[in-house]
Amino acid sequence: MILLDLFLGFLRVGCFSFGGAYGAIPLIRDVVMSYGWLDEETLVYFIAVSESTPGPIMVNLATYIGSSQAGFIGAAIATLAVIFPAFAIILLVMAAFRKLLRYKAVQAALDGVKPCIVGMILATGIYMIVSNIATFLPAFRSDGQGTLITVFLLAVVLAVEKGAKKDVSPIWLILISAVLGMVVYSI
Amino acid sequence: MRESLEAFILGIQESKVGILIDLFFTFFKIGLFTFGGGYAMISLIEDACVAKKGWITHEEMMDVVVVAEATPGPIAINCATFVGFRQAGLLGAVTATLGIVVPSFSIILLIAAYFDSFLDIPLVAYAFKGIKIGVGLLIFRAALKMIRKMEKGLLSRGIMVASCGAMLLIDIFAWDLSSISLLLAAAVAGLVAFGIKGLVSRKGGAAK
Repeated sequence: MILLDLFLGFLRVGCFSFGGAYGAIPLIRDVVMSYGWLDEETLVYFIAVSESTPGPIMVNLATYIGSSQAGFIGAAIATLAVIFPAFAIILLVMAAFRKLLRYKAVQAALDGVKPCIVGMILATGIYMIVSNIATFLPAFRSDGQGTLITVFLLAVVLAVEKGAKKDVSPIWLILISAVLGMVVYSI
Repeated sequence: MRESLEAFILGIQESKVGILIDLFFTFFKIGLFTFGGGYAMISLIEDACVAKKGWITHEEMMDVVVVAEATPGPIAINCATFVGFRQAGLLGAVTATLGIVVPSFSIILLIAAYFDSFLDIPLVAYAFKGIKIGVGLLIFRAALKMIRKMEKGLLSRGIMVASCGAMLLIDIFAWDLSSISLLLAAAVAGLVAFGIKGLVSRKGGAAK
């Protein structure tokens, strides 16, 4: 039953996504792939759209994936499931568990979880970048156009960060890569 | 007597409804105008709820952010729930949370309805092939920033490297290992390290 799967899948994401939207991306990827809802390519497009529209990225992705699987109801269920844990936790914390977070054991467990999330995000980023440059399994194949765009984007990001001491905002980075895609793949 | 009582009840209801409407539209605006996810929202929520409306104090806002970072889920949802609950109890929490979600929910539904036919246009498909590369870079950059802010200790570095390696293996060989089991293992590692530290310091204390 797709609605139940959506609910449980995104409840899992909502319960375990420490560290904001980027922390949720590896989890969402995991859930989406294990249920076979989308292929890798479509999911990345969805991430880009979620980054470029207003609102929390996690919520946007849930709405998007839910609607792609089961229309409006799917979107509503996935969105409610992903926000429910955050909602419930704040109510619990305010009601009773304010002290819980100050317990040293809880802090110690969180100290383990936080770097684990960073590692997962790092792996996801590396995997995505490398898969745009070349594929290794089942056979090695390099992607010239992908490499060209990757190098160009890296140069832009580094130049702006070193030159202007400012980050290229996600929306600008997505816009620039869209233009690069149109130019490079049209030629 | 009865009339005045009714008027009194009506007055409360009206003011409560007024607060709910105010909550909904304040968070609706925040949801509609923040690009770039949760952290961008924190400054807008602070501006609206602390500076403009005076619903919560700056210290309370910081408390919520700390709790939000220590707990899972979107940070903006944590903040909206907190402020809403403070103003009008459970109903307020629901109203504020819905307020922040409804704008992006509607926008995404609209986009989702037309996305597939949109992708049939070759130039758009090319653009998204480029965007795919940009997104990879964004995620990589987010990770680098987090590493810079992370504790420098051996434990956190070790867990970070181990989870990165495990995740890469899972991706490359399509292993059927859920990322949640990685998180749970990391929590256990944190607890074990804490326990060992406790034992060591207790022994040290006894030696003195």
